[in-house]
Amino acid sequence: MPKKKLLLKNKKSLNSTAMQIQIKKFYYGDIPEEKSSAPSTPVTRDEHEWPLWEVFIRSKQGLDHKHVGSLHATDAEMAIKNARDVYTRRQEGISIWVVESKNLHASNPDDAAMLYDPAADKIYRHPSFYNLPEEVKHM
Amino acid sequence: MYKAIKMTEITRLESVFQDKVDKEIKVEAMDWMPEAYRKTNLRQISQHAHSEVVGMLPEGNWITRAPSLKRKAILIAKVQDEAGHGLYLYSAAETLGSSREEMVADLLMGKAKYSSIFNYPTLTWADMGAIGWLVDGAAILNQVMLCRTSYGPYARAMVRICKEESFHQRQGFEALLELSRGTTEQKAMCQDAINRWWWPSLMMFGPKDSDSPNSELSMKWKIKRKTNDELRQQFVDMIAQQVKILGMTLPDSELKWNDKRGHFDFGEINWEEFWNVVKGNGPCNKQRLHARRAAHDNGSWVREAAVAYAEKKAAAKKQKVA
Repeated sequence: MPKKKLLLKNKKSLNSTAMQIQIKKFYYGDIPEEKSSAPSTPVTRDEHEWPLWEVFIRSKQGLDHKHVGSLHATDAEMAIKNARDVYTRRQEGISIWVVESKNLHASNPDDAAMLYDPAADKIYRHPSFYNLPEEVKHM
Repeated sequence: MYKAIKMTEITRLESVFQDKVDKEIKVEAMDWMPEAYRKTNLRQISQHAHSEVVGMLPEGNWITRAPSLKRKAILIAKVQDEAGHGLYLYSAAETLGSSREEMVADLLMGKAKYSSIFNYPTLTWADMGAIGWLVDGAAILNQVMLCRTSYGPYARAMVRICKEESFHQRQGFEALLELSRGTTEQKAMCQDAINRWWWPSLMMFGPKDSDSPNSELSMKWKIKRKTNDELRQQFVDMIAQQVKILGMTLPDSELKWNDKRGHFDFGEINWEEFWNVVKGNGPCNKQRLHARRAAHDNGSWVREAAVAYAEKKAAAKKQKVA
């Protein structure tokens, strides 16, 4: 009985109410669809699916907020409440940031070589590049 | 012609990918990955998430009947952790291109699998102890291995889970320890729970290596790092020692230390039962799915109300600004 009901519901949403949304592999970031290894077939989604939020937690005073994961919530207030239950059950944090995933932008992994490799041959940017006499103290 | 070029490009990407995996560089959501790698991870992570969610049911059964306030608080915390673990895993699976709604629908329609162990009934309070000690114990071995899995989001979720899981096993053992030092009836209850959960726990590691066709590729891609049989042996060696502290026995007449192998030998699993439960004919398969569906259906008004409230609040805010 419940199975039948569920199937019917699904069918209805296929035909009428639900929007056809092309699921992007990454909810954050600007990676073009064709570069992702996501399936190309569109998936039906409920109109009211709660948006995805990224959660950042400051584990103790004086430290940065750090990305810990994501969750679904209707709005920011609920996202913070849910983040508290999901990610801080054992005093893992004292402050929570949430950002709706669609508002996050990321660099493209294909550009990694161009963006980060040039720094590799600039060893003079590190203190160990400079040989100083032993007698020089406190430097 | 075009197709041939495309194939060589994929072969090239695959070899770059394998090279990375061999060098122990984690794969992240935005990186190129073979389609089969994506699918295998998605299947495994979502099944794992479903297992956490369905896993709340056998224990939820005993929350209202826990023998003391202390045990009740512990059990509630454990079940809440399992809900949390399900959420970590669903969000890891979502990075692979599936939506939460889709995964939940697959579970509710009986399309997706979850760990067969949760299709066994929890008949006495001692089952709460046996589940913590044996079932979570078996899960931990698998999960500790998965902390080093090659897919970054999965590995990170596993690290978080492992930190929390250790309390689950310890509280279970402690609950049994208390029974094992109790009255004759309590001792009998403890032994009975061990007898019923031992074999299903061994089955949690999956089919034998010789019958597990996916294993080889999963090892090559470092999704798994130990085979089903290796993990199972590790589990038997561990539990065969721990059971002595309880003064109880494991229901296997063939269980004995093998000096030559440096491991415990143990009897053959009833594979017919294993496949039967996997295929949906276990003692509680229907009951579990029915409970999930009921929870989903009965909770739909809450989800709708939450959306309506958020919309109303957003509208009010907009009006205030204007």
